[in-house]
Amino acid sequence: MLELKNVSFEVKGESRDGKKEILRDVSLTVEDGSFVVITGPNGGGKSTLARLIMGIEIPASGSIIFDGKDITGLSITERAALGIGFAFQQPVRFKGLTVRDILTLAAGRELTFDEACGYLVEVGLCAADYVDRELNSSFSGGELKRVEIAMVIARGTRLSVFDEPEAGIDLWSFHNLIRVFESMRDATKGAIIIISHQERILEIANKVVVIANGRLDAVGTREEILPELFCDAKTCRYYRGAV
Amino acid sequence: MSKIDQIQADLLEMVAGLRGAPKEGAFNIRLNGKSAGHSGSSQVSIEFKAAGSGIDVRVAPGTKGEKIYIPVVISESGMREIVYNDFYIGEGAEVEIIAGCAVHNCAQGVTQHDGVHAFRLEKGARVLYKEKHYGSGEGTGERVLNPVTECFLGEGSYMEMDTVQIKGVDSTRRLTRGKVGKNATLIVREKLMTHGSQRAETRFEVAMEGAGSGVNLISRSVARDRSSQVFFSKIEGNNACTGHSECDAIIMDEAIVRAVPEIIANHVDASLIHEAAIGKIAGEQLIKLMTLGLTRQEAEEQIIGGFLK
Repeated sequence: MLELKNVSFEVKGESRDGKKEILRDVSLTVEDGSFVVITGPNGGGKSTLARLIMGIEIPASGSIIFDGKDITGLSITERAALGIGFAFQQPVRFKGLTVRDILTLAAGRELTFDEACGYLVEVGLCAADYVDRELNSSFSGGELKRVEIAMVIARGTRLSVFDEPEAGIDLWSFHNLIRVFESMRDATKGAIIIISHQERILEIANKVVVIANGRLDAVGTREEILPELFCDAKTCRYYRGAV
Repeated sequence: MSKIDQIQADLLEMVAGLRGAPKEGAFNIRLNGKSAGHSGSSQVSIEFKAAGSGIDVRVAPGTKGEKIYIPVVISESGMREIVYNDFYIGEGAEVEIIAGCAVHNCAQGVTQHDGVHAFRLEKGARVLYKEKHYGSGEGTGERVLNPVTECFLGEGSYMEMDTVQIKGVDSTRRLTRGKVGKNATLIVREKLMTHGSQRAETRFEVAMEGAGSGVNLISRSVARDRSSQVFFSKIEGNNACTGHSECDAIIMDEAIVRAVPEIIANHVDASLIHEAAIGKIAGEQLIKLMTLGLTRQEAEEQIIGGFLK
């Protein structure tokens, strides 16, 4: 479904050539129907990788193939139309747009009250309290995060990318979050990529990808990767550089 | 009601939501400087001032749930007028007043309507006042609207003013003044968009005179192209009262926005807040909507539309 081929990304930096490397030569395959969890130390390049898939950032080199089509040069809008969805780590607020407005935009069609409520119930929000509320600064971080996830559910895209979906999910259990991911995958027959540090989320992965220091450090099944990942920091090969 | 042409009919619908005269209730439709139709009701009287310079609207005490329409349509290029409308709202009355002014200018002359409205609310009266301004026409003549609204709120009264100007007015100076009595509340919501080389000035001057009085002024505006906006607000607390004003502007292209807030506390129990924010549309908001499949332009329109909704 998705293939990253030798993807590198850099920003302006203070080095001699004026560039700072964020990701280097990352290659990765995501199969239909899979849960891929990307993990690794903070600042390692995980979020950048997610943003490259959505087209928010453009790679310095390498290519991204989605359903057999090279999408490296496509815009965010074009990738969205092809069936890629994205949930931000820090969702934005909108003065004046209500939860229903934004879910309608996400679904790409008019939603009935019941349909809009259905998406909110999925993420554990009491729908009647939220559906006509402005998505403004009155929303807590946790509420905003759940609306963000509801938007991705409403989109129903073949590939959905979640950047640290568990952060700030107050009072709502991981069990529910995982159930949301599973029902999304069943409904779309697509794939889900999740950036996460959470053991509970890592446990549902078919594939675990470790990104550290801008490089793909390891790829494997959870059985292969998790024992290494949750070992003592002093002996863990992925965290060796950081301790 | 006298006959009106298609352009006038469309303008009337645009600013007042009316197709022709209202079926019931009091109204006065002013068309090119003259009344094109009017009516009172059992509770509301409308009397003309001398020489067509405006109307006196009197609402009987205890009136409930009436709508009063007083829209203005000008389709003659070069027409300039000042109109004085006075509203006397009796004790305990609750009414909705729908004003609004549309100017269609298809020639070179400056077309201007300055509506001076004064509201006097007796004890416990409640008014929802809606005012929508709109300009159209391909002429090079300016479309100018300079509304003045004066609000005198008696004890325990409540007035809410919703004012909208989204399109087509080249120059506007809007002055809203208020004197708020004991336990009375004034709420003003302004939505404004300027484009091209339009100029808009908004000035709020509200004095809270009575104990327990309150005011809330909320202005949301979008300035596009090379347009300019100035927002002045002055809230004076002369008694134990609460005042809040908020000016929130989205700036785009080469537009200019200036906000000048002033809050004056003349009483130790006056609690006054002003908030002002001017900024362009956040890049993250655009990106978010683009990830939902919207183009950048569609995303901008959604954000502006929501902001001014």
